[in-house]
Amino acid sequence: MSKSNFTRRGLLKTSAVAGAGLALPTYLRAQEGGFTNAPDGDTVTLGFNVPQSGPYADEGADELRAYELAVEHLNGGGDGGMMQTFSSDALQGNGIMGKKVEFVTGDTQTKSDAARASAKSMIEKDGAIMITGGSSSGVAVAVQALCQEAGIIFMAGLTHSNDTTGKDKKANGFRHFFNSWMSGAALAPVLAGEYGKDRKAYHLTADYNWGYTTEDAMRKETEAMGWETVNAVKTPLTQTDFSSYIAPVLQSGADVLILNHYGGNMVNSLTNAVQFGLREKTVNGKQFEIIVPLYSELMARGAGKNISGILGSQNWDWKLENEKGDRYKGTNAFVQSFGEKYGFPPSQAAQTCYVQTLLYADAVERAGSFNPCAVVEALEGYEFDGLGNGPTLYRAADHQCFKDVVVVRGKENPENEFDLVEIVEVTPAEKVTYEPDIPEFEGTLGECNPGA
Amino acid sequence: MDAILLQILNGLDKGSAYALIALGLTLIFGTLGVVNFAHGALFMLGAFCAVTLNRLLSLGFVPEDASATSVGGFSFGAAKETPYVEHWFGESVGAAIIDWSVPLSILFAIPVMIGIGVIMERGLIKHFYKRPHADQILVTFGLAIVLQEIIKFYYGANPIPTPAPEAFRGSFDFGALVGFDPNTIIYPYWRLVYFAFAALIIGGVFAFLQFTTFGMVVRAGMADRETVGLLGINIDRRFTIMFGIAAAVAGLAGVMYTPINSPNYHMGMDFLVLSFVVVVVGGMGSLPGAVLAGFLLGILESFASMAAVLETLPGINQIVIYLVAIIILLTRPRGLMGRKGVMEE
Amino acid sequence: MLGLTKKDFALLLVVTALALFAPFILNPFPEGSGMAQFNAGYPDLMQRFAIFGIFAIGFNILFGLTGYLSFGHAAFLGVGSYAAIWMMKLLTDNILPAMLLSVVIAGLFSLVVGYISLRRSGIYFAILTLAFAQMSYALAYSVLTPITGGETGLQLKLNDPRILDAALAPGERANANLFGLDMTASHELYFGAWQFTFNAGYYIAAACLILAFYLSIRIFRSPFGMMLRAIKSNNTRMTYTGLNARPYALAAFVISGMYAGLAGGLMVAMDTQVGPERMFWTASGEVVLMTILGGAGTLIGPVLGSGVIKYMENIISKINGSILHEWFSWMPDGLEDALVTLIYPFVGKGWHLTLGIVFMLVVIFLPGGLVEGGQRIGRMFRRNGGASRAAKDIAEQRNPAE
Repeated sequence: MSKSNFTRRGLLKTSAVAGAGLALPTYLRAQEGGFTNAPDGDTVTLGFNVPQSGPYADEGADELRAYELAVEHLNGGGDGGMMQTFSSDALQGNGIMGKKVEFVTGDTQTKSDAARASAKSMIEKDGAIMITGGSSSGVAVAVQALCQEAGIIFMAGLTHSNDTTGKDKKANGFRHFFNSWMSGAALAPVLAGEYGKDRKAYHLTADYNWGYTTEDAMRKETEAMGWETVNAVKTPLTQTDFSSYIAPVLQSGADVLILNHYGGNMVNSLTNAVQFGLREKTVNGKQFEIIVPLYSELMARGAGKNISGILGSQNWDWKLENEKGDRYKGTNAFVQSFGEKYGFPPSQAAQTCYVQTLLYADAVERAGSFNPCAVVEALEGYEFDGLGNGPTLYRAADHQCFKDVVVVRGKENPENEFDLVEIVEVTPAEKVTYEPDIPEFEGTLGECNPGA
Repeated sequence: MDAILLQILNGLDKGSAYALIALGLTLIFGTLGVVNFAHGALFMLGAFCAVTLNRLLSLGFVPEDASATSVGGFSFGAAKETPYVEHWFGESVGAAIIDWSVPLSILFAIPVMIGIGVIMERGLIKHFYKRPHADQILVTFGLAIVLQEIIKFYYGANPIPTPAPEAFRGSFDFGALVGFDPNTIIYPYWRLVYFAFAALIIGGVFAFLQFTTFGMVVRAGMADRETVGLLGINIDRRFTIMFGIAAAVAGLAGVMYTPINSPNYHMGMDFLVLSFVVVVVGGMGSLPGAVLAGFLLGILESFASMAAVLETLPGINQIVIYLVAIIILLTRPRGLMGRKGVMEE
Repeated sequence: MLGLTKKDFALLLVVTALALFAPFILNPFPEGSGMAQFNAGYPDLMQRFAIFGIFAIGFNILFGLTGYLSFGHAAFLGVGSYAAIWMMKLLTDNILPAMLLSVVIAGLFSLVVGYISLRRSGIYFAILTLAFAQMSYALAYSVLTPITGGETGLQLKLNDPRILDAALAPGERANANLFGLDMTASHELYFGAWQFTFNAGYYIAAACLILAFYLSIRIFRSPFGMMLRAIKSNNTRMTYTGLNARPYALAAFVISGMYAGLAGGLMVAMDTQVGPERMFWTASGEVVLMTILGGAGTLIGPVLGSGVIKYMENIISKINGSILHEWFSWMPDGLEDALVTLIYPFVGKGWHLTLGIVFMLVVIFLPGGLVEGGQRIGRMFRRNGGASRAAKDIAEQRNPAE
């Protein structure tokens, strides 16, 4: 698995300037034949690029907490978290390949330009060997493309659009989070069970790529099981008041409203829909229902009581191991060390970011090299367990993780602000797996780039 | 037909929000002549007055017998806290007070916002009346950022749910009242309240400026500040008060808006551009113009969001406000009802 | 020299020297030292300084001279970027045609927007330009997704046609280049613990900046520039003299639009991707702030203003809690924690707060923007006998906005 002929760190070391204890940016020396930012001191630098300003700043803050925890665990601090339950035992708590892990942080502002500027400064100035983080697909796709060009590994944070591992997939990029297609596939059987197979659905869709792929997936899956799509209306990203989109829903004869919205859009559209009293209505002799394909804890908190009874899907939930058993081991270990450090349970974004960091470190250890191409090889087709999601596969064809998807429902009476959803069902991985070459995911992975 | 009626209702409601937000801006910008980029921040501060009051009222203690949720040996917080108000006034009265925190915030927000407005004018804006507009933009934008960041520091970036009182949940079946099928034209109660509230505030500000001596002096001062000053009238103090009133109007618009959109620190910036467009389309220096433009844009936006319209003109909902603004400004040089010579240089 | 007065030529030389030696000037701290955090001499940020400098210089030709406040200039930058990336996808990865097209397309687009918007003045003009830019943004984000890539934007792909270029060898990627010179190619120089990076892309951007600055001096000093100033100082009087001001204003608008297009094209050349947020109103607002912060109507002000804002965005935002602790680790524990707690809200995720405070402080204490700061320092020097040439030049060029 490991190809040690990639590493020329010995050579690079000699060219390093004496006296500098910290990792020097070696962006250019890579041209001498190694790879970008080969770590040449006794430390290695990771770049955590998360939104710290703008509407997703809190999500970014949670991602950053997870990263700091992961770094602590990799360096042998704390209780080791998921490293105790991880199926691979390559990580020893002595950093990565004996090098102490250091990190730099940046602000993506949830804008692709700012995210790339921040990632570039990490690569060019701080000598980061891997970039990770983000909370939107626009940012993930932009930074992933940058890392591909620069010869850096990108471990995506929260990104749910098909495109990240579909039309915009890149060999140097890896996504642990699930995607629109999987949400649709995971939700459909649950929806059929809960609401029946004879329903009329009305979609409100955020008017951008993620919205399109999510609407697409939901329509395909629900129509396949017999639901009728009455209408699908696109709403501007900048919309804050959705009343004029929600008011006509009842007139249309629909009895289900599907909100393909995320973040602030979702909080506002759901709040508006509940305010209109849709949930108390009976249409076609059935109780009117609202569905939110992609849930997040922070959005749930923003929408407050309005989420009670609303179905949606998640990548992970902190109660998973307690409620669904040993298959999801790792969850409790992570929740415990996160909770002890910060005083509240982690969000799914935090879990993804923590796991991505561990997976990267593990891949380097197994490959025996920081070379991106060696890491890619180690991660491709890698099967692992014990990181909270059950048995998981990093598929070689598109660098997408395949694992169980959690279907959740907003609690009627939450005990506290961290316990807002209940787990309805866990859809097993094989039900959400698709062929890598289906039209929705068409794209070329390309070849790994070590930054020569 | 019922679909159109529904959107007119929606538009009136959206319009009342736009008009109310623009009203405060037009007092400062259209009449005092200050390009106030911090106006959105005032709107946001108003909304956070409601959040703050809600938090204060919900302050509580943990009953001793509470049990905690635990995972893997670690427990998160205790079970529900009992708010002090429930402890002091009994459970039902206390719960009702918390439930009504948004309307109660009006009382809380008025003095707070007037205070903020007065401090802002005396401490900062006063020195910028005679400075170029460019300087006004820079200083008020800087102020807006600072205010936002302070809120973000204390409340985080996530939206904070601030629901309307239980009595206003759900919607009113307007269609059934006028003879349509049930459920075709529904309208949330809280939006009716918002509409009435907006009408009240707008009417109040108009009456104040039109029928009081104070209002007369301010209007004269807007037209010709120097002459009024020469008449021995302390126009500066009146302008300060005007600024306080404008801040209060912006803040109240924010307070009442919280149940419609969960407030976050960023909401002011989201409304800033829109409120400028509304004021300018209405015409600089014209209060009725701003209100009219608010309703007009609200109704047109509602129409543009209809599925039937979107089928023929995809994306029209994205641009309708700006398209209408361009058309109006090209056909009417000073917006709907603008006065000549205000901010035309 | 070069058609410039002695003073202007000196200023041009100063700017040229600053641009050429930026890799040294911006990296004053040795690697590995605590202060290295403040180094800004890495390629991406230097490129951004040059690009936003060009953008602001162009904006200043419109706003600083004519007083017309456009609130939609980011649209031209965005359109230029889209034009450039399509050129690189369809024709060739050589940046020259891409940049030429971006200037042309942005020029044409600004001609249309300017022709319509200049029918109004003052705030009405500002809102018209804002409306055009917001429409461009909203459409690029949504319905124009097939052309603009929507939210996820456009990047170079392996299977782009690139009809002029040879097919890529397996494993090879498409790189932005100028006749084979890769934009990412750099040379590093080590000098003790110091490290300096000379990047090909940056020097191309810097050359554009110097050219843009030179043109802007020529415009400022030309009869055309005088005419533009006349529009600002008294439009009505100008009309009475029988001159029609609009063609002049339109020319200034188109020129500044082309500057924005050049900046957009360069952005793509340096970093081959485009996203629609580039056209959002906050981006238009940013260039307004850059210009005013530096000093509207002055030659060098906009460059300074853009530099300060981009520096904050890229350097201050990266200072996190652990870096602060590292800095103050030599202090006694209590003092260290107190100091970190005190500074923490202003750095890292709080960088916007610092930016807002800087805006307010500058406009309160330096009414003419940063240039006025230079002017005051200059005056101080002169009082002490040793007149600083550059500062004096800057001082005399000051030309207050409005």
